[in-house]
Amino acid sequence: MASSRVQIREFIRDNFLFREDRDTIADSESLLDTGVIDSTGVLELVAYLETEFGLDIADADIVPDNLDSIERIDDFVARKLAARAAA
Amino acid sequence: MCGIAGYYGEPDCADSRADILARMIGSIAYRGPDAQGFHIDDGVGLAHARLSIIDIGGGAQPMVDVDDEIWVSFNGEIFNYIELREDLIARGHRFRTASDTEVILAAYRAFGPDCVKRFNGDFAFALWDSRRRLFMLARDRIGVRPVFYAERGRCLYFASEIKALLAAPGVAAQIDPIALDQTLTFWFPLAPRTIFKDIAELPPGHILLATADGARVQPYWQLSFPDAADHAACDRRDAREIADELSALLEDATRIRLRADVPVGAYLSGGLDSSIVTALMKKLVPEQLRTYSVAFEDAEFDESGFQSAMVTALATDHHTLLCSAADIGRSFPEVIAHVERPLVRTGPVPLFALSRFVRTQGLKVVLTGEGADEVFAGYDIFKEAKLRRFCAAQPASKRRPRLLERLYPYLPQLKAQSQSYREAFFLAKPDDLADPLFSHLPRFRMMQGARAFYSAELRNALAHYDALADLRDRLPADFLRWHPLSQAQYLETAFLLPGYILSSQGDRVAMAHAVEGRFPFLDPRVVEFATRLPPQVKLPALREKHMLREATRDLLPREIADRPKQPYRAPDSHSFFGTACCDYVNETLAPESLAAIGLFDAAAVKKLVRKCAAGRFVGARDNAAFVGILSTQLLSRQFVRKTASVSEPPQAA
Repeated sequence: MASSRVQIREFIRDNFLFREDRDTIADSESLLDTGVIDSTGVLELVAYLETEFGLDIADADIVPDNLDSIERIDDFVARKLAARAAA
Repeated sequence: MCGIAGYYGEPDCADSRADILARMIGSIAYRGPDAQGFHIDDGVGLAHARLSIIDIGGGAQPMVDVDDEIWVSFNGEIFNYIELREDLIARGHRFRTASDTEVILAAYRAFGPDCVKRFNGDFAFALWDSRRRLFMLARDRIGVRPVFYAERGRCLYFASEIKALLAAPGVAAQIDPIALDQTLTFWFPLAPRTIFKDIAELPPGHILLATADGARVQPYWQLSFPDAADHAACDRRDAREIADELSALLEDATRIRLRADVPVGAYLSGGLDSSIVTALMKKLVPEQLRTYSVAFEDAEFDESGFQSAMVTALATDHHTLLCSAADIGRSFPEVIAHVERPLVRTGPVPLFALSRFVRTQGLKVVLTGEGADEVFAGYDIFKEAKLRRFCAAQPASKRRPRLLERLYPYLPQLKAQSQSYREAFFLAKPDDLADPLFSHLPRFRMMQGARAFYSAELRNALAHYDALADLRDRLPADFLRWHPLSQAQYLETAFLLPGYILSSQGDRVAMAHAVEGRFPFLDPRVVEFATRLPPQVKLPALREKHMLREATRDLLPREIADRPKQPYRAPDSHSFFGTACCDYVNETLAPESLAAIGLFDAAAVKKLVRKCAAGRFVGARDNAAFVGILSTQLLSRQFVRKTASVSEPPQAA
């Protein structure tokens, strides 16, 4: 799933990272702790994942465990896609 | 309601005094299209543009008192002028007219500069006492009417709007980096600072007195709350008694605001506050009442359903102006010319369009519900702060944070937020509890996201500046002893209300089309009455404006009386994209335009613009930054000239 990670990284960079004095963020860094994402930013992220990957994200899925770093987002997308394929 | 301008001292300029005054008042002539007047004396010049409302025949200005010694140029209304006039006549004063303007002159003669303490009104005036060679500027307690000034050489220029000052000799506009940082943090510069260097605003509740020895600015009124521990200082009567007195007070506040020799209408949003005002008007003046509102295409912002409920209940002659996102984008530059500061929201634009609409219908005066949210604790920020404090008191509690779900029910985006994210964003950090700005920290921090776009030059200029510390330094000495709700109300009422609500969203956009707004909830008697209400009565649990609802229950249909608060909001960044209306946006935000003005980093702004243009989800932080940057650029281009030309003041198109 390397390509989805690249896409997610680009999305984070283009939509959130321009606020910070840097161009990159490590895949494991917390988006909350670094202040990269704010309350409405989470919804921006969810809307992106839903359109870009065709996912259906329930409220219960919108938690930092799933979405708080590029790595976690990528894993979450992979799990959702796998679950859909299995269904 | 009118525009005023002029000077005290001697203008350092070869032009005639009359020409200087004509240029100054000419640049704000739209505030007073009915007549212009001038008075020039040794060392003083007064100009006036009149919107005739009271004593249409006799109220011409500048006006001199019966003894031809004291002159005034006055913008606004003294609502209790009838009572004051009777009192002054009893004291032996004589009057030539039936105007409220002449009451200022007689009251000044009777009580000196302290006369302002007797005025129940929305006013800004310049007064010249030729006997004592004393010049005075004054502004109402809450800051409904504006007055700005600039000292240049041996001359103090003053005016209702900054553009009239820029028409005076030697006054040029240059963006003040500190004021810009304040605006992008708080939504407005902290008075007396304005967005332009060396141009000041007279703060609300202040007077300026000038003689040959110099000028001094002093407060005559300050908003204050009782100490939280001082139970005797609060109104301890039973709730019914308080509600009855409040009800009578609101009716009287409305009654004296209906004083006008022209018809008076109302803005009716469909919310609790404007519905109360409209219902009171209907009770006092049962004949046909004209009401006005803005409707939005986007259901997220629209309140049309509630408007119809009130219109039906009160049988008003209601008119609605539909405002689209494209309308907002199109009018935005013109609105910036009127508000004379950067904006971080587009809310003023629909109100600008509404005043134009009202004016074409022939109305000059409207009553509105402005001020109730500040005075009676209606804003969500009060509930949010209360909850954050409640959660912080028991950090281990799992149940307390669940209450966060009940905040912001009208925001579809936040409603979908999960509990863990809600907690991450709304729960207080340990140090925050001791901060006097506690209630507003989340908002201020969110707003400060705009700093990411500052240019290196701007960052440098702000290297030793901290806007939050600056605000903390301006709080009253006893602030920390007040109840937390009182503290939050003070921040809203003493700062945001005059700094944004009554100016950018009030005077400037209404007077752009010569429409005067009047606000019964901001009657000084109502404001002071409300400061003494126990905080638990104002905001019990999470029920906002509880006492106001109790006091007005009989006036309103149940669905309005019990309606939860929906704040006034308008579509933001997407107003500027997607339609053909906004060619100016790309040009204003182009790298060369950004570089020419030097305040923002072109590369960072480019990414923000791309995101907003893509128009998917754009959060509050990005919306505010985008609108703030765009408006700062527009403001700079309209007002800041490399070579300030005296003969070409910026025109509000």
